[in-house]
Amino acid sequence: MELKEKLVSSFMAFENMVDVDSPVHDIRTEAIKHFENEGFPTKRQEAWKYTSLNSILKHDYSVFPKHEDALDFKDVKKYFIHDIDAYKIVFIDGKYSSHLSQTTHDGIDVCLMSAALTKPKYRLVIENYFNKIASKDSLSSLNTAFSAEGAYIHIPKNKLVEKPIQILHFSTGNEAALMLQPRNLVVVGENSHLQIIERHQSLTENPVLTNSVTEIFTNKRAIVDYYKIQNDRETASLIDNTFISQKQESIAKVHTFSFGGKITRNNLNFYQNGERIDSTMKGITIIGNKQHVDHNTLVHHIEPNCESHQDYKGIFGDSATGVFNGKVLVEKEAQKTDAFQANNNILLSDKASINTKPQLEIFADDVKCSHGCTIGQLDESAMFYLRSRGIPEKEARGLLMFAFSNNVLDSVKIPEIKNRITKIIANKLGVNIGFDL
Amino acid sequence: MSKYTEDDLREELKTKEYEYGFYTDIESETFPNGLNEDIVRAISQKKEEPEWMTEWRLEAFKVWQDMEEPEWANVKYEKPDFQAISYYSAPSKKPKYNSIDEVDPELLETFNKLGISLDEQKKLAGVAMDVVVDSVSVATTFKETLAEKGIIFMSISEAIKEHPELVKKYIGTVVPQKDNFYAALNSAVFSDGSFCYIPKGVRCPMELSTYFRINQAGTGQFERTLVIADEGSYVSYLEGCTAPSRDENQLHAAVVELIALEDAEIKYSTVQNWFPGNAEGKGGVFNFVTKRGLCEKNAKISWTQVETGSAVTWKYPSCVLKGDNSVGEFYSIAVTNNFQQADTGTKMIHLGKNTKSTIISKGISAGKSQNSYRGLVQISPRAENARNFSQCDSLLMGNECGAHTFPYIEAKNKTAQIEHEATTSKIGEDQIFYCNQRGIDTEKAIALIVNGFSKEVLNKLPMEFAVEAQKLLEISLEGSVG
Repeated sequence: MELKEKLVSSFMAFENMVDVDSPVHDIRTEAIKHFENEGFPTKRQEAWKYTSLNSILKHDYSVFPKHEDALDFKDVKKYFIHDIDAYKIVFIDGKYSSHLSQTTHDGIDVCLMSAALTKPKYRLVIENYFNKIASKDSLSSLNTAFSAEGAYIHIPKNKLVEKPIQILHFSTGNEAALMLQPRNLVVVGENSHLQIIERHQSLTENPVLTNSVTEIFTNKRAIVDYYKIQNDRETASLIDNTFISQKQESIAKVHTFSFGGKITRNNLNFYQNGERIDSTMKGITIIGNKQHVDHNTLVHHIEPNCESHQDYKGIFGDSATGVFNGKVLVEKEAQKTDAFQANNNILLSDKASINTKPQLEIFADDVKCSHGCTIGQLDESAMFYLRSRGIPEKEARGLLMFAFSNNVLDSVKIPEIKNRITKIIANKLGVNIGFDL
Repeated sequence: MSKYTEDDLREELKTKEYEYGFYTDIESETFPNGLNEDIVRAISQKKEEPEWMTEWRLEAFKVWQDMEEPEWANVKYEKPDFQAISYYSAPSKKPKYNSIDEVDPELLETFNKLGISLDEQKKLAGVAMDVVVDSVSVATTFKETLAEKGIIFMSISEAIKEHPELVKKYIGTVVPQKDNFYAALNSAVFSDGSFCYIPKGVRCPMELSTYFRINQAGTGQFERTLVIADEGSYVSYLEGCTAPSRDENQLHAAVVELIALEDAEIKYSTVQNWFPGNAEGKGGVFNFVTKRGLCEKNAKISWTQVETGSAVTWKYPSCVLKGDNSVGEFYSIAVTNNFQQADTGTKMIHLGKNTKSTIISKGISAGKSQNSYRGLVQISPRAENARNFSQCDSLLMGNECGAHTFPYIEAKNKTAQIEHEATTSKIGEDQIFYCNQRGIDTEKAIALIVNGFSKEVLNKLPMEFAVEAQKLLEISLEGSVG
């Protein structure tokens, strides 16, 4: 059976299994209808021109796994940023793992979507925020239809959340092939600060497909830092849909570090519903073999005096393919917008390829919008300089590539993440970067 | 003097009517509206074409029937009814002139209104004119000078008769019949156009030039241009258009094919000023053009365009850099005003080694217009050391217009070096202030800035053509260009 049919026919069973009475029921039913009409995206669609999902849709995915599996912390410790104190929300095969997690209701809510969707005390928040900004494309709809579990984070006004929140999804390989659809909701009140680290990790070679949706609302003057670490096995694929709605003077930053996975597609959307908003999205992509990473970003400048900054660096080796499709949309009212977009790429092999489409759509006249995009190689004279000073070719190459991607790391606020990413990069480039940050 | 502001300029742009709107009644022989196999045959017969040409047209027609009108471009318009268009119209008197005196005086009047009288043109250093009114070439000058060098410059229908071997060999090689909807339509029904062949090692001594005009009410114009530069030759080709003012939308679907063989160089310049519609966005020409050039080894093709007219423009002059060391260039200024919509850009397809391409695109939008740049830079796996530089700048005047950039960049070779940059801005108040401070009034300042903005492209136009380009820019942005 085709995956699409399987999902559609599983929907009834799913609805019987979880809270049919919930007001979310209508939203889900509409979403599955939408998905049924649209189906999975194909290369014929402009937004999916360079990314084909065919190779990952052919598996017979188990849609809702039944087993709960315990993992020992020591086995998975390395996937946490374990050297900092943090709240943790951990899922194993899509199910919440209480013994690995550390949640809280003390002044802030760091808990589970399943609780938020069913308990009456969260109803108001769910009614106001759930599925309000997620787009109606087929994959987001699919996630909405099957939304049951994920992280629910609600920070009230004037809270500085001192510990970052780590969201981890493990898949154990209990199922021959597993499809996960986590759904996260993050609401940050006025003047509050929040940091989130998200990671998806498969523990075996069994194929995993994750179709994740995260909705983030930042109220006035709130500051949110979101770090996505994508360093999964090459049998796991990720479709990550993130929607961020910002109120005035808020700051939202999303860093995406893509090193792993078979096919990774990041749909990152910012909506600026207020003045003097700052949106930042940065990314480092270093992949090889037959990996594929696709960054699809949208910044919708709706109101005046806002800023957006985009900086994506990519290094592609072997037969890897990279896609960058960045869109900046400036509405007529959004005067004095300052939007900047940069995408720099290095191709290391003749079989690697990069497709990039930095797109500007501008309807306001008093704006400063620019984008730059380059594709090139390592500078031969810089290589020569390093080698003439006794640095072997491999290390020299690694140093240059590290330097190329380094300025994305500059804006990372948590030093432990910086260290971790540096190590992953060094590992990826096969060199020992002998200095600390 | 009173203060001249950007608002005044906008006002002026809005109220400015099309200056070159007029209509000349030349006795025409026009086919009934609609398109079917018989019409295609009839066009071919009318032009006394050989059998292979008729077959070629029919093949294109068959493909076209199954095709759908493309919708991906960032333009909105009422789709033309292809069965309501007359596909052939020719001035019925078709005299063969050797001197200007024999030309129909009414026609001369037309040119005088356009300010391009043949007399003047003939005297203008080195410009040979192949004047196309509606679909049939009626006057050719300087033919003898060109003939001495062995250069063939004639209408394509003549070329089909006189040089079938050349036409047959090259037509459709760069833009195949089934390339796209409009190219297929053009291949089926093209009425006339220009043909140019530069023999081996010849440097064309003058700028070749053609003027296209749409003159007959309700006739779409389907021009077909084929330029072949043989090994080591050079030619600079100019094309410019103005069209009479009219209310119903007119369709223009031309195909231009350039072939630059080894070491050859073609420079193709266009000034396009089709009727853009009036200030309410009524009327205007639909300009759906397929232009493409093929570069063999060490060859170079350079496209320069100044786009000021048409209600809807859909145009992507492209270069296929097939040979090693070949070079493609694209320089463009697109000006849109009132309700005009332009979706224009280029494709640079790098196939050979050490191929280079440069793209400079300047978009100026005013009024309620929408101006898009859409470009593709593609580096194939075989194209070692390919190099591309792209720059797209947009200037916005007023807050009701839009500027859009859709650059596609696809690299499949690690040695490729590609740079792309784009900016969008308006004329800065500080820039105007700086000029005012130095005694330059606002009107002149705007002129200065717009001029400076588009200078990189204007500089690429041949001398003889720059005057015309300036003139057309003036009409589109009256008061802003000095």
